[in-house]
Amino acid sequence: MSFEWPWQYNFPPFFTLQPNVDTRQKQLAAWCSLALSYCRHHKLYTLDVMEAQESPVFNNKKIERKLSLEAIQVVFEELRKKGNLEWLDKNKSRCLVMWRRPEEWGKLIYQWVSKNGMVNTVCTLYELSNGDDTEGEEFHGLEEWMLLRSLQALQTEGKAEIITMDDGKGVKFF
Amino acid sequence: MDRFSWSNGLLEINETLVIQQRGVKLYDGDDKAKLDVGVALLSTHRLIWRDLKNHECCIAIPLSQIIFFEEQAAGIGKRSVSASTSLTLDAKIVIHLHPAPANKEPGPYQQSKFSYIKLSFKEHGQIEFFRRLTEEMTQKRWENTPVSQPIPTATGAQAGRTRAVGIVGIERKIEERRKETDKNISEAFEDLSKLMVKAKEMVELSRSIANKIKDKQGDITEDETIRFKSYLLSMGIANPVTRETHGSGTHYHMQLAKQLGDMLQAPLEERGGMMALTEVYCLVNRARGMELLSPEDLVNACKMFESLKLPLRLRVFDSGVMVVQLQSHSEEEMIASALDNVSEKGSLTAEEFAKLLGLSVLLSKERLLLAEKMGHLCRDDSVEGLRFYPNLF
Repeated sequence: MSFEWPWQYNFPPFFTLQPNVDTRQKQLAAWCSLALSYCRHHKLYTLDVMEAQESPVFNNKKIERKLSLEAIQVVFEELRKKGNLEWLDKNKSRCLVMWRRPEEWGKLIYQWVSKNGMVNTVCTLYELSNGDDTEGEEFHGLEEWMLLRSLQALQTEGKAEIITMDDGKGVKFF
Repeated sequence: MDRFSWSNGLLEINETLVIQQRGVKLYDGDDKAKLDVGVALLSTHRLIWRDLKNHECCIAIPLSQIIFFEEQAAGIGKRSVSASTSLTLDAKIVIHLHPAPANKEPGPYQQSKFSYIKLSFKEHGQIEFFRRLTEEMTQKRWENTPVSQPIPTATGAQAGRTRAVGIVGIERKIEERRKETDKNISEAFEDLSKLMVKAKEMVELSRSIANKIKDKQGDITEDETIRFKSYLLSMGIANPVTRETHGSGTHYHMQLAKQLGDMLQAPLEERGGMMALTEVYCLVNRARGMELLSPEDLVNACKMFESLKLPLRLRVFDSGVMVVQLQSHSEEEMIASALDNVSEKGSLTAEEFAKLLGLSVLLSKERLLLAEKMGHLCRDDSVEGLRFYPNLF
């Protein structure tokens, strides 16, 4: 299944930060959704700004346009405001992309747990992300930090508890 | 030469020697005098000549008897019969004299057909001598301190034109030169005012031709009419509003604004309702011919459009560009036309748009920016330049 580019991707003005406030808002919204769906499609969890500029998302070779670094920063900043992105360093050169917010992930996981009757049982984090049972689930292959975040979100909701074990972490669902 | 009288060569009590020069020969008019080379002495009162060898031979003439004198540069003297013996022509000072008074003491010549003498400087020194003589003739010290012996002076009318010498002469010359300059300047301006009169006639003429063209439309091709109209347009305003006619300040600007309103209407309509202020400035000043406007006055006059309820407006774009536009020229229309053009072509740069509309690039860009500001267009700023696209967002 190849990634389906939005129509804006082939529209040259898309790659220029628009000075008009209204236009810019729409443009940024389009960029955010493109960036997130691209990351989701390719299961990307961290992004490097420099590398991102060369990646096909921000660099359309067909129409020879690429988004400038400043504009990428603006887009990322916009994503951060929406809670989909976290900077990994102060220089804002690397970031975590959460195309699903931890709460959403947590919800998905909890749904799966309750569906499979695993409430009140303990399972390891490895089981959740890489176990045979979760194959086919969206959170299969989820990076550990992301999984942890989601479980923490569930914990604050009172639906799970993270247990630290000798060889890693486990979780108990309620 | 008959003006000279014998002298003992001694100076009087109040008389002082100014300069003396050796090797001076005297000429009676153009003829060499029958005297040898001697020393010329200039005192405050007299011009004295003494023979170099025979000191008893001394003659003098009061300075008051001199009418005027002039230098004769070496080599350009008339070669008279008597002078032909000398091979070189020395620099001379020619001194014109009043006729000798009746009571004159006897001198070497009883009579002479010349009224002037020449001093020929064999051993140079004529420049300094001339200068000192000029000084003495200006100061006229012989008048202030008369010598004990009354010096007979010629009181006859100073015939002919007196030649000014010395500081007075210089001053007089400066004065003359100033007058000359004055005259020249006023002449020059006379030409200008004549030109202005002619210009007015030309404007009248062009106007009458324009009217004829109107009457005879059809006889002349469209192309010619247009060309001629463009000539007329640059011919101008018959009686421009000037600071002279309308004072300064607000009133002047108001009048100016009214005149601008009249004259800019047609060109504005031709150009699609909008002109950059620089363009207006050129057009107006070309039409005014001599009475040029300052940019400041033009801006101030344009600012008056609104308060005077004229159909023109001065508009300042966000970029600072100022334009004059017709009031009827609505923004919405402008934006709509920009959007139409861009949609039709897919995308446009300011240059392309300018070509399409026959506008200046500056103005076309302003229009595109305006349309962008209103959210109808968006931009693509790449290495190929700034292009505008319909806003599809």
